[in-house]
Amino acid sequence: MITDHLIILQIIIPLIAAPFCVFIRNANVTWALATVISWICLAISITLMQQVMVTGEIIYELGGWAAPWGIEYRVDMLNAWVLVIVTSVGAVVTPYAKLSAEKEIDNDRLYIFYAMLLLCETGLLGITVTGDAFNLFVFLEISALSTYVLISMGKDRRGLTAAYRYLIMGTLGATFYITGVGLLYMQTGSLNIADLGKLIPDVADSRTVQAALAFMTVGLCVKLALFPLHMWLPNAYAFAPSVVTVFLAATATKVAVYALVRVIFTIFGGVDILEAVQISDVLIAMAIVAMFGGSAVAIYQTNIKRMLAYSSLAQIGYMILGLSMNSVLGVSAGLVHLFNHAMMKGGLFMVMGCVVYRIGSAKLGDMAGLGKQMPLTMGAFVLGGLSLIGVPLTVGFVSKWALLQAALEKGWWPIAVLIVISSLMAVVYIWRVVEVVYFQAAPAGRVAVKEAPLMMMIPMLTLIGAAYYFGIDGTTTMDIAGRAAESLIGGLK
Amino acid sequence: MTPEQIIPWSIGLPLLGAFGIWITGKSPNLRETVTLITAAIVFILVASLFDNVSAGERPSWVFGEMLPGLSISFVVEPLGMVFAGIASFLWIITTVYTVGYMRGHHEQNQTRFYICFAVAISSALGIAFAGNMLTLFVFYEILTISTFPLVTHSGTPEAKRAGRIYLGILIGTSIALQLVAIIWTYTLTGTLDFTPGGILEGKVAPVMVSVLLALYIFGIGKAALMPFHRWLPAAMVAPTPVSALLHAVAVVKAGVFTVLKVTVYIFGIDLLQATDAGLWIAYMAATTILLASLVAMKKDNLKARLAYSTISQLSYIILGAMMASSLGILGGAMHIVMHAFGKITLFFCAGAIMVACHKTEISQMNGLGRKMPITFICFLIASLSIIGLPPFGGVWSKWYLALAAADTGQVIFVAVLMISSLLNVAYLIPIVVRAFYNDPDPETHDDHNDQDDHGHVAVATHHPSDAGGANQWKIGNLREAPIACVGALAFTAMGCFVLFFYADRIQTFLLPILEGTNG
Amino acid sequence: MMEFPGQLIYWIVVVMMMMGFYIVIAQGNFVKKIVGLNVFQVSVFLLYITMGKVNGGTAPILADGIEVFSNPLPHVLILTAIVVGVATTSLGLALVVRINEEYGTIEDDDILEQESDV
Repeated sequence: MITDHLIILQIIIPLIAAPFCVFIRNANVTWALATVISWICLAISITLMQQVMVTGEIIYELGGWAAPWGIEYRVDMLNAWVLVIVTSVGAVVTPYAKLSAEKEIDNDRLYIFYAMLLLCETGLLGITVTGDAFNLFVFLEISALSTYVLISMGKDRRGLTAAYRYLIMGTLGATFYITGVGLLYMQTGSLNIADLGKLIPDVADSRTVQAALAFMTVGLCVKLALFPLHMWLPNAYAFAPSVVTVFLAATATKVAVYALVRVIFTIFGGVDILEAVQISDVLIAMAIVAMFGGSAVAIYQTNIKRMLAYSSLAQIGYMILGLSMNSVLGVSAGLVHLFNHAMMKGGLFMVMGCVVYRIGSAKLGDMAGLGKQMPLTMGAFVLGGLSLIGVPLTVGFVSKWALLQAALEKGWWPIAVLIVISSLMAVVYIWRVVEVVYFQAAPAGRVAVKEAPLMMMIPMLTLIGAAYYFGIDGTTTMDIAGRAAESLIGGLK
Repeated sequence: MTPEQIIPWSIGLPLLGAFGIWITGKSPNLRETVTLITAAIVFILVASLFDNVSAGERPSWVFGEMLPGLSISFVVEPLGMVFAGIASFLWIITTVYTVGYMRGHHEQNQTRFYICFAVAISSALGIAFAGNMLTLFVFYEILTISTFPLVTHSGTPEAKRAGRIYLGILIGTSIALQLVAIIWTYTLTGTLDFTPGGILEGKVAPVMVSVLLALYIFGIGKAALMPFHRWLPAAMVAPTPVSALLHAVAVVKAGVFTVLKVTVYIFGIDLLQATDAGLWIAYMAATTILLASLVAMKKDNLKARLAYSTISQLSYIILGAMMASSLGILGGAMHIVMHAFGKITLFFCAGAIMVACHKTEISQMNGLGRKMPITFICFLIASLSIIGLPPFGGVWSKWYLALAAADTGQVIFVAVLMISSLLNVAYLIPIVVRAFYNDPDPETHDDHNDQDDHGHVAVATHHPSDAGGANQWKIGNLREAPIACVGALAFTAMGCFVLFFYADRIQTFLLPILEGTNG
Repeated sequence: MMEFPGQLIYWIVVVMMMMGFYIVIAQGNFVKKIVGLNVFQVSVFLLYITMGKVNGGTAPILADGIEVFSNPLPHVLILTAIVVGVATTSLGLALVVRINEEYGTIEDDDILEQESDV
């Protein structure tokens, strides 16, 4: 039955489609192919989600080789959740990509763009489904290499240096990660994530295993851009073509967070590693610095894509903060924010894509007076911004509620105070944009612009709409995140 | 319709109305008819709940679950009924007034104005009917955001600065303090439902009660307790109907209404009485009453003076709540009604003066009463009600508050109430005296040379037709504002008088909110 | 535990790793940074290959008389990692070429200077 192979199809389909794009070479055909593939992936991931909800964990053995010798793919609530996030963003981004990419990327290289987009999605999905620690590294590099290419494809030459710097940082991070995997293999003789989870408790006191944990954590923190390993992110997001930024902001960091969750709660789940070696204090400290540093720097940015990138750093801080609380409420707050942040930040970057499409710039000064000329787009920006602030009825509110509840449940008063103060900083940077966009007249030199085309507008409004739909009804997302968190923390006890 | 169905309709209808306003935006007459009809139907709907509630029913309606275990739900109880009744009733009057004002004043973006107004009313009703603290918070924030475009309506740098203060304080306090308080309550009790007698009894250590209470009361920035009062004077840059309905009634009353709700249904009077947690906040409120009155005396801009007067009057209600006695709660709740009618009249008058004569500063109003007698007589009536003199409604709420103060043995609060009344006299009556007894300034015959150099109020767009067009209603030598404005303000002034005779009915209606308390 | 010759190979790995890391951080030249990156990666390859060694073991060939043999899995893993390394290096160098075309230099400081002018 084909439904038995859904897990592998999820990876294989975009992987095979990517080289096809290179053979076809026609921009429109490759775009159509990429769109169809991304929708198929979404359909598969939703089916998987439903299966997991009914039957629980699904295991797929590659080539029929049983774990721990063969590579197995495993999908439980958490994986399915991340799969849905990645594929739904992918499915919304590809239709949006057509016009935006035509504007911002050399038209004779568009087919490479779509090939890379598909490869990147393959890598991200691969990281998510694989149950093998080394296989995870391979997918990490597939997504990373395609990401470097994607970032460098814009017409701004600073995209090239941003991509280069990310390449250096990203490769260091990935190499750190496999060093850690190697050390674990030395000690346990296994690469299977679930198997490692069983074997680690016996050898947890050895220095090899602790070094492995350090290497893996640092490596993944580079990937998810946790302060102070975030240097690559702002420029990469700011100078990449807008559609690439949308895709990366909404998926790449989320998947890296997922990988970190797997390392901490599954591989080291048997020994409650956050308490045992007290990395939770370190992670919390870094998360809080990220929350404040990211928001504070965002306030002073003049390039709005860059501003949103710094805001992402702060939001990543919230996710890591939730995870390091090491409680069901905390972890589910972190996990629900994966999805919620993907919706709102994806939507906001799409708004910026529309702005760049019309006025060719993401600078705040150039956006003056757009409130009148692009009312829907700017309305979407305000709505997305409200979600970043965490106003009720938005997904941002759901995340913040969950996070605060988790902090208060633990009695961590200072942390709760820091969470609300840092989230108020979002008011300032969103407000700056609102002031310029609505209260300043359009600059004299600029030709009057129209609303963004429908093909960009619909995906944008879809994401922003999702940010409100799941804000008004936060039960579905909170329920899934809660169940995923329970299974993770359950592994601890 | 059953009472249960009325709840969603009364909250949803203003939103439908907003949509209708948007569609008919091209034609002002049609647009304003839609607003007026919506307002009328909403009031009828709300009023039709009155009998059920006074018969002891508590109609409720659940919209849906928002977070696991927490729903958006609505329950109509007497306190909310009163607030909803006032907000929806005064919406009708204000709409009539607005038509005259906005046209007379040649304001821009009127469609946006009416839409935001309707959304604000919808969220005020949501606050009134909220069945739990989460629902209340949701609508509280929507109210802040929907009134924001109204505050920055003119788009001037002044409005922009006011907008910053407005958002900064209201969003800041609500998220940094109130939200934390709500989630804390939830982690302590596992519920956020408004329950007669409170939900916190026995769930929280006595020392922490006052911390939690402070988080709530200061977190409700809309109640404008000092030091979080700055947004209210800042919001006065908005067109006068906004100041009148929203910043004298809907928004600020939503704040003190929330204070009362939290006091009665979350903490419970008994808990507060037992712990004395509210006492120091009551002192803060007393300080606010006096300080704000003193500041009001120094303000020359009429709307700014009224704004500080509002701050002072709101703290009466907070004081009433924090004294943690039944009489205080009753007095506070009644003051919501009494102050609403008085203050909206005063703002209507301020707007009428601005439309008809372009005067915003009190020092320019010498002899104006001779040209606008109706306006100034109404101003006098409303002032007397605010001061608390019979035969006007304001006397009753002050009476109950003073009784409560005497009852709880806090003589100092009685003194504060008395001194404050004197201060009210000092900052309201001279305006009327100046208008009737001083001779007009020679240059005030020209309506057009009085640019508002203080920048407190959006400068009117001076239009050639001002000299006798839509902005004035002339009878003989009189130069009143358009009849829609004058009619509205005369009506609310009458209300101050009528309420004097109906205070006992309001009191009986409100009594059930004290169920489940001993004091 | 720390008998020196027995751990020598690990010391080599560590020293190479730090050398590579240092080059990546300290060098301002984009090509040299990639060289450093390669040294860094190769040190990890060595680490993997080392751990496959079993004392007294031969090559992992199934034949009569061979009882003890090295673990082949790390070698296989490292084949994959080498491929990834090659891809990274070539992509990095390609980017350097493009950067040189756009900026006329591949020195970090010069590029930062040009970017801050914009």
